[in-house]
Amino acid sequence: MSCEPVRPSKEDSVSFDKQTTWEGAPFSVTVLMKAVPASTEVAMDPVTHTIVRDGGAAVLNPYDTAALELALELKAQLEGEGVPVVVSVLSMGISATADLLRDAVARGANRALLLSDRAFAGSDTLATSYALELGLRELGDQDLVLCGKMAVDGDTAQIGPEVAAGRRWPCVTGALSVEPAPLPQMTRAALAEAGLVASQVFEGEKRRVGVPLPCVVTVDKDAAALRMPSVTGVLEAQKSQVEVRGAAQLGADLAQCGLEGSPTQVVRCCVPETSGACRLLAGSPAQIAEQLSAIVDQSEGA
Amino acid sequence: MAAIRIDQDLCIGCGLCVRVCANDGVKVESRRASITENCIACGLCIDACPKGALSREASHASADLSAWSGMMVVAQTDKSATPLPVAYELVGAARDLAHERGCSLRVLVVSGSQPGCQCTGGYAPLIDAGADEVLVVKDPAFAIPDGAAIGQAVAQVIEQLKPEAVLFGATDLGREVAPRVARELSCGLTADCTQLALDQEGLLLQTRPAFGGNLLATIASPATRPQMATVRPGVFSRPEPQKGRCGTIYHLTAAPSSVPGIQVLSEEPASSGASIADAEVLVVVGRGIRDKKALPTMERLAALLGGQVACTRPVVEAGWMGHESQVGQTGVSVAPRVLVSMGVSGAIQHLAGISGAKTVIAVNEDPDAPIFSVAQAGAVADCRQVADEWVKFLEEAAAHSA
Repeated sequence: MSCEPVRPSKEDSVSFDKQTTWEGAPFSVTVLMKAVPASTEVAMDPVTHTIVRDGGAAVLNPYDTAALELALELKAQLEGEGVPVVVSVLSMGISATADLLRDAVARGANRALLLSDRAFAGSDTLATSYALELGLRELGDQDLVLCGKMAVDGDTAQIGPEVAAGRRWPCVTGALSVEPAPLPQMTRAALAEAGLVASQVFEGEKRRVGVPLPCVVTVDKDAAALRMPSVTGVLEAQKSQVEVRGAAQLGADLAQCGLEGSPTQVVRCCVPETSGACRLLAGSPAQIAEQLSAIVDQSEGA
Repeated sequence: MAAIRIDQDLCIGCGLCVRVCANDGVKVESRRASITENCIACGLCIDACPKGALSREASHASADLSAWSGMMVVAQTDKSATPLPVAYELVGAARDLAHERGCSLRVLVVSGSQPGCQCTGGYAPLIDAGADEVLVVKDPAFAIPDGAAIGQAVAQVIEQLKPEAVLFGATDLGREVAPRVARELSCGLTADCTQLALDQEGLLLQTRPAFGGNLLATIASPATRPQMATVRPGVFSRPEPQKGRCGTIYHLTAAPSSVPGIQVLSEEPASSGASIADAEVLVVVGRGIRDKKALPTMERLAALLGGQVACTRPVVEAGWMGHESQVGQTGVSVAPRVLVSMGVSGAIQHLAGISGAKTVIAVNEDPDAPIFSVAQAGAVADCRQVADEWVKFLEEAAAHSA
């Protein structure tokens, strides 16, 4: 925290003739994506207290699709300034997840990597972040990692910060927008230092933060709606191969993968019991309203 | 960590395990069940099997955990270095666990300050609330609430003091700090717990809503330490202070962060309106209001009762109200004096967010709606009709008293 604050001003962004002297590999953005059930509403059988599955298909976590859209918008913006950008999508999941990643390619991603192995099954967030970090290594040097703030089926919001901690990178959570900090000269070193400007709602405050690169940014669902696939994108996706890697190919330590590498375990699942202590009121809507009003009045003294 | 094992001699291929599995984690082929790669070892199938053919594989031998003891709460502070209400709520819950376990409770405060300031007055209430020791790491570097720097400081203190369990508030900052600490220490972390308890061996049982809120999952970290959990503000109640409790306040230093810091460029309050988290009276509307057109009546009702309108996730997803008004696991946890629940079915995820409400009144057309299981009073009726009549009743009462 010793470095000077980066304070982009309007003058900075208009008064310079932009020069781009980009050298080396393209700016690399990776979006972490998770396949989730299309519906998180699981109906319960009231008699047997078991879950009634609708056999619904998997979709990409909507928070992650918002992250992908931000990545694609950032790519367009940087490419407009002469910076080559590669957007990769990375997921850990069953082999069928490859179809969802191919869809991400159709919408504009350049590269797709799926980590799929029986050894990854049953991963909690710690083992998942370990595997995703291996996947990031497989994709090469990264400038930016984006992912959804959370997954709709898990609601933990832990993966982004865990991956950031594993890489010793800064992290911005729940971002609503990201853009490169305005720079007079677009070089890799200058961009890495100036980093990104992200907006977020944090502890009840709307704030804009500057974050140096490389970093992890987790994205709110409301940040952006993922674009539809383009015709060229669909053709691109048909040609492209989703790269698939197993634990051995990634050089994974099996003790850190899957069930074995997951400190947390579910010891019990239960349907919550009902107390049955609710006093049910009878009568017409008007009579009910009057009784409810009395209950509210009583609570005032309590 | 334990996987599910199937004894093929006992399995009769009835498929009950397949029926209860929410995850396609088990399949039956040729009248024999087998575990698939989707299995998350939740154990629902173990309970469902009529033949006892499924069991949990015994956990492998774990490292020596005896060096880890005592409870710890990581207390977040506001900009004036005052502990947040959720810190006290966690201290209250951890106090009970420490008492049951017969161990001490430490509270760790990492906050920004002017260099050299050693004031302690703001932390004495943490001792009154139940802390045996308050550990203060104050450094100007923590003036910006940056999860990376604070996470590393917390991880350092945990490694030195080795508490067996650590609780964090599930605030925006806590939800970044806790996973970072979990990754640094390679330990387990359970998000948004609604119940905390100890088993016979003293293992921390962390219960949270799962599967879209239809089930409660109890999670433990048997083989690693510390056992960590986050709890949302408002889930536990603030303990009564015991004036004159004995405790010690220590000042610690932490090594500087090795992660580049973020910069706050601008900051403004997110909404000018009062937060539903602080409301005394809440009218919570669910999908049962059926139409956005019912909202003005609900708003009128809330105003007459001296409160505000909040809603459930489906109402937000329908675009009828904003996310800031959503009550539940993925929204705001609320603790009003009275919560009037209109047309809310009551998925666990929603119920997890209203556990702090003192009186819950529910109106729903479905007599089997789970909301009635937590309500003290209610009616099986059309919430829109009841709301119309209630507004009429309150307006007439107001007119008479005027």
